[in-house]
Amino acid sequence: MITKRIIPCLDVRNGRVVKGVNFEGVRDVADPVEMARMYNAAGADELVFYDITASYEGRALFTDILTRVASEIFIPLTVGGGINTLKDFDRVLKCGADKVSVNSGALRDPGLIPAAAKRYGSQCVVLSADVKRVDGQFRVFAKGGREDTGRDALEWIVQCVDSGAGEICLNSIDTDGVRGGFDLEMLDAVAARVSVPIIASGGAGKKEDFLELFRHKGIDAGLAAGIFHQKLLAIRDLKEYLAKNGVEMRL
Amino acid sequence: MIAVIDYGVGNLFSLRSSLRHLGLEAAVTADPAAIRAADRVILPGVGAFGDAMGKLSAAGLVPVIREAAAQKPLLGICLGMQLLFDRSFEYGVHEGLGLVPGQVCPLAPDLADPALKVPQIGWNALHILRDDPLFRYIREGECVYYVHSYYAKDCAASTLAVSDYSIPVTGVVRAGRVYGTQFHPEKSGGTGLRILRAFAEL
Repeated sequence: MITKRIIPCLDVRNGRVVKGVNFEGVRDVADPVEMARMYNAAGADELVFYDITASYEGRALFTDILTRVASEIFIPLTVGGGINTLKDFDRVLKCGADKVSVNSGALRDPGLIPAAAKRYGSQCVVLSADVKRVDGQFRVFAKGGREDTGRDALEWIVQCVDSGAGEICLNSIDTDGVRGGFDLEMLDAVAARVSVPIIASGGAGKKEDFLELFRHKGIDAGLAAGIFHQKLLAIRDLKEYLAKNGVEMRL
Repeated sequence: MIAVIDYGVGNLFSLRSSLRHLGLEAAVTADPAAIRAADRVILPGVGAFGDAMGKLSAAGLVPVIREAAAQKPLLGICLGMQLLFDRSFEYGVHEGLGLVPGQVCPLAPDLADPALKVPQIGWNALHILRDDPLFRYIREGECVYYVHSYYAKDCAASTLAVSDYSIPVTGVVRAGRVYGTQFHPEKSGGTGLRILRAFAEL
């Protein structure tokens, strides 16, 4: 049966992983290529790279890194950050990305998702949504979670799926960084509305959080950054724990 | 030399990289002469069946692929595997290459568990029904990476391996020297690389 996926996320700025700390046997703890190798060996089911660079030079470094990772690691790679046009899709797909994640770019240009889905297929288009509770409503935020768009998140996500997004990465701003568990209430609300795969992001602090996550229907993958980078949780141990507790895993 | 047929469908970066990683000589090409000269052929593909068959025909590659299939190992991957069959029901009815008996149908109406998502996206265990040199380097139950909304059926005689998605989903087929994998070996980590290595040694 299809397995649940464990996905480490690497934020890259100017060619370096932000928040990369202390890995045994990794010479350069902030080198995205080294980290990708290590996570691949540890059993990561997929890798997500976010380019959080603003400069042209940083972007060129990022595509170079992506090409190097994609040339030697043969699991699905998702790339996000600074994806605003079809040209951006093209740029990262040519460097070996399999899926492209859009966030603010889709909010600015509602035509981006349908155009990308038409050209590359829905399986290639991931909607990344930063969502936070405001006045009892789930609201979409733009610009890395800094700007309230005033839009209803559930409506926004349904609209994106209808127009061609093949997967949703749901980042809860409310639980992000707290390490108190995933935002199950928010995830359930989205899972009830869409039938494409959902990647849960924000809040993972311990292995039990993932077990609880996967006991909720309609959640396909769990994404985390800090707890993996800081070695609070090893992917191999996490996957063995989940498998022992009845979650389908690729071991 | 392996000829990877380039007919403008999908991203060949990973496939090319994985063959290079294995130290295999490969040419990504649409040139009939290069395909004829190759020891073996890979037919990749992502997208819609009708569109892909149209592009193969327009490039004059249909007879070249049929000729290759009779002479040397050929591997269709994902949509490339679906093209090997007699026909597909993706947005209408389309004739395929007819190299493997069977047809390609939508996954959703056939699922025993309607709560499962379509496309099937992710890792699923590959269950080997019939041993084959293609499986020389893998064990029963290793996971491979799928992304698809259609699947091959009415092909029991050619099916070598399946994955469970509430129904057995055709994972690997073989008819003579023609092989097909519904999953992406070039995205299936070490397992996928070992399948590609075995194909290169057939």
